[in-house]
Amino acid sequence: MKYAYYPGCSAHSTARDMHESAVAVAGALGINLIEPAGWTCCGATAAHQTDPVLAASLPAANLLKVQDMGLDMVANCAACYNRMKVANHEVSTDPAMRKKVSDAVGRDYDGSVKVRHIVEVLLDDVGLDNIKSAFKRSLNGLLVACYYGCLLVRPHEVTNFDDPENPTSLDRLVTAMGGVSLDWPHKVECCGGGLSMSRTDVVVSLTDSIVGMAKAAGAKCIAVSCPMCQINLDMRQQDIEKQTGTRYDMPVLYITQLLGLCLGISPDELGLNKLMVSPASVIEKIEIHANG
Amino acid sequence: MAITIKKSSKEIEGLIRRVEEISGVDLGVCYQCKKCTSGCPVAKMTKSPPSEIMRRLHLGAGDELLGSDIIWVCVSCETCSARCPMGIEVAAVMDALRILALEKKAEKQEGNVPLFNRAFLSTVRLFGRTYDIAMIAAYKIGTLKLMNDTEKFPTMLKKRKIALLPPTGADRKTVRRIFKKSKHKADKE
Repeated sequence: MKYAYYPGCSAHSTARDMHESAVAVAGALGINLIEPAGWTCCGATAAHQTDPVLAASLPAANLLKVQDMGLDMVANCAACYNRMKVANHEVSTDPAMRKKVSDAVGRDYDGSVKVRHIVEVLLDDVGLDNIKSAFKRSLNGLLVACYYGCLLVRPHEVTNFDDPENPTSLDRLVTAMGGVSLDWPHKVECCGGGLSMSRTDVVVSLTDSIVGMAKAAGAKCIAVSCPMCQINLDMRQQDIEKQTGTRYDMPVLYITQLLGLCLGISPDELGLNKLMVSPASVIEKIEIHANG
Repeated sequence: MAITIKKSSKEIEGLIRRVEEISGVDLGVCYQCKKCTSGCPVAKMTKSPPSEIMRRLHLGAGDELLGSDIIWVCVSCETCSARCPMGIEVAAVMDALRILALEKKAEKQEGNVPLFNRAFLSTVRLFGRTYDIAMIAAYKIGTLKLMNDTEKFPTMLKKRKIALLPPTGADRKTVRRIFKKSKHKADKE
């Protein structure tokens, strides 16, 4: 299994742990990830809020690099995944946009490079049975709230990821790891995404309702697959405590970090020391039976 | 609720047409079921929820609509688009309003999202990828609130969650070409 792996800018800053854990898990499961040389930013929210041609051209430049490699693109960041898929959709359905994008990038692009999310690769290409047989440890009944956010599932006709209102991809992985995935209502609510700096008040209010709901559902941790969801839910717990007095102490882990732990990869290699809320309780739950 | 609008002029007709043109959305099919507003995570934080914006556009609202707070508090989560029974991409309407607000220099909103977007895109244009420290500095200097929300900085640096050095290895040439060709206005202000 060989893919062109698009790490995204956050892989080298706020979400180094997302990147490190994905690479480690891919290695353990025989997935070969190759970074396209010279990959550039997808433009994220800032580009699509500013200019439609810019928003489609920045992803297209990367999709062309992947086309030259003759591989499918695998994205890990939900925002990059979303922007790549939207660009593909716009270029392939709107001839005028295709012309503008091709002019901006300097080469014609038809929108045909297949874009996958790493969770889709795990479930569809590797398969739950193969993943399960590679596990060395179990989540031992850990109660996990799987949180998908916006960008994987919406717009659904473009991303085609799972179910738009009740996705279960992460839940299936958690169950396979021996955890208990909780039925809770905030799976696809929004965390505030890119407004973290410009409208911190909005993000604190939205994350308070999400983390609060996970806590009320009995979760001992939240599993995510998006760097913005992760940093908002994890880091903003300090602000929630300051503003409302509620201390959640809710670890927020990437699904690849949980998978890595079950595959027997060390917490440091998975970047678990980078979380703001300590994941010690989660690691302990996994290690209890492994050593005893 | 009652909606008061300023009535009719050629310029006013232009706003709905431009919104439809930029977003590719047919605004005529909205029948005000308000499902977009019901699912909107920021509906309670705005004076004008998405269904009201749709209605105002129907009724011929003009440039004054570009001062609505929802335009910059909208988180682009696309729940509205996903749940619209008529398949209207409400989120694309919001993007169109943002683009028009920048173009027509509508009044500044709390939080200054356009400044953040500019800071973000400037580092992309320069380095080919985002460079958080430069982006944060540009944003903080622009807002004149240097110390807001900075207490997590030391921990984030220690955990290497913020890169000190600018990104290397990106194909900057193509990115510069894209910025030049797309001629987006916000970056040049």
